[in-house]
Amino acid sequence: MAAASIAQRGGIATPGSGRALPVAVVTLAILLVWYLGAIWLNAPQVIDRYGDQPWTWQQLAADSWSMDRPVLPAPHQVMAELNKTVFQTAVTSKRSLVYHGWITLSATLLGFVLGTLLGILLAVGIVHVRTLETSLMPWVITSQTIPILAIAPMVVVVMGSVGLTGLLPKALISMYLCFFPITIGMVKGLRSPDVLATELMHTWNATQTQVFWKLRWPAAVPYLFASLKVAIAISLVGAIVGEMPTGAQAGIGARLLSGSYYGQTVQIWAALVMGSVLAGALIALINLAERLTLRAMGAQT
Amino acid sequence: MSRQLATGLGLAALLLLGCWWALRLVHGGPVGPGFWLLVLVLVAVAWLALDRLSAEPVTARIVPVLFGAWLLFLWEVVVAGFDVPRVLLPAPSAIGRTIANSLGLLRADFVQTFVRAVVPGWVMGCGAGFVVALLIDRSPFLQRGLLPIGNLVSALPIIGVAPIMVMWFGFDWQSKAAVVVIMTFFPMLVNTIAGLAQTSAIERDLMHSYAASYWQTLLALRLPAAMPFIFNALKINATLALIGALVAEFFGTPIVGMGFRISTEVGRMNLDLVWATIAVAALAGSLSYGLLALIERMVTFWHPSYRRRR
Repeated sequence: MAAASIAQRGGIATPGSGRALPVAVVTLAILLVWYLGAIWLNAPQVIDRYGDQPWTWQQLAADSWSMDRPVLPAPHQVMAELNKTVFQTAVTSKRSLVYHGWITLSATLLGFVLGTLLGILLAVGIVHVRTLETSLMPWVITSQTIPILAIAPMVVVVMGSVGLTGLLPKALISMYLCFFPITIGMVKGLRSPDVLATELMHTWNATQTQVFWKLRWPAAVPYLFASLKVAIAISLVGAIVGEMPTGAQAGIGARLLSGSYYGQTVQIWAALVMGSVLAGALIALINLAERLTLRAMGAQT
Repeated sequence: MSRQLATGLGLAALLLLGCWWALRLVHGGPVGPGFWLLVLVLVAVAWLALDRLSAEPVTARIVPVLFGAWLLFLWEVVVAGFDVPRVLLPAPSAIGRTIANSLGLLRADFVQTFVRAVVPGWVMGCGAGFVVALLIDRSPFLQRGLLPIGNLVSALPIIGVAPIMVMWFGFDWQSKAAVVVIMTFFPMLVNTIAGLAQTSAIERDLMHSYAASYWQTLLALRLPAAMPFIFNALKINATLALIGALVAEFFGTPIVGMGFRISTEVGRMNLDLVWATIAVAALAGSLSYGLLALIERMVTFWHPSYRRRR
């Protein structure tokens, strides 16, 4: 969203035009491509089933949009599956996507909280202790080039073998993924007060603690929220991938895996949409918190 | 040579000697509380040495390397000293031995995953994102429609398309490359669009006063200004691509590949080989990231974040 406002300030946007219409048009175009793609990808199977019978294009379209196990399900099929598993099924049932979504969400949130705390702690250390900055900072960056997400299932299995099961292994993976943007953003934010402000604090004989709470921390809050948005998104990804090992019973990742084993494409897509809705909702929540906090701190919007 | 540097180097030498002694002790047999006291003293010495060395600009560059080696040492000592079961965490020395013993296997996995899936997927995904961004550059309408959607999609758990891609493109590297293409496309698109909007009106007016055409403005002004954003996307995508390919291999592979190796060897509780594969992946990831950072520094030498260091 920030990029969009930059684009508008850059003078690309023509005056008097909103964003709703373009977004709607692009969304419609995507839906259209999706429906056409569904015909294109599913048609070979449908035609195969017709055999020697004569068929019409309308019939082909209708049939390729209503297959049981389509190569690409049409959007309305995914919606129907969502409706069935979200609203028509009891929340406690194993067939309910709300149940699976909740399992994933709880791991995401726990990992997010842990990762945020770790990230802020590291950033405070790096900003205040020179040795930590020179020795730790490069490793914070290197830590992210390790494809931890790829070994997430292993982490879950290994932790399970020593008795750690359930929420914690997944949350730890989320934590590992999310501390990074927080640390990077907070180091930048805690250093963002300009020299004049720090020197003013110095002339007032402020202690390091006072400088931290009255100058550095408030200055870092906008950076914190920008990082939180990135962090919650990858925290969700971490939780989903953590659910993929074969032992996992529940969660969006487990739905993806079982869908892929049994060729239930509609189920995979429904789980994907559910994950996307979760991601969107979490980011919207942080956006709201950001707006409220910044307004309380006296930001002009 | 300043005094601080001399103390730092002296402490580092002392540290090296102490670590060597500790390693001999811990691999010689069971250790008692005296040994852990030695390790504690070494921790203090390491802190002092790193502190002195990071104060000197000459040695500040090697401090991260020392710190990394120090972490490896701690890992080794803790694993060997406490007899941590190999299933939970193998010692670095054991991982190193495994790497040396199974070079052929690791190379085959690396070629299958990195050379065949990650690199082509990364090139195609980044290329497509870049080209689409250029194509819609002239249409503000499409930009305003695609940017919010692109931002949204970048935040989605796209990795979930992995099982679908495996169904569509089969078990071999093509499906992994497809996952990589999808994962890398949107960060590149969003960053390029944002980067192309970086120039200010004054700069564009100047180009206009030179009677520069659209393409001249693009090549001489707007693309160079967009480079920091583009490299940002390239670096993000380097990590994403590796992750995408490895995770996609969990959903089905021929019997070679790093993701395949990780998932099967975990099943056989052969954790040494798993960690060896992870080490290879981490090395590949770090090297590509470092290479991109190097190229970025050469291309965007004018950017304030690099100029200030001189």
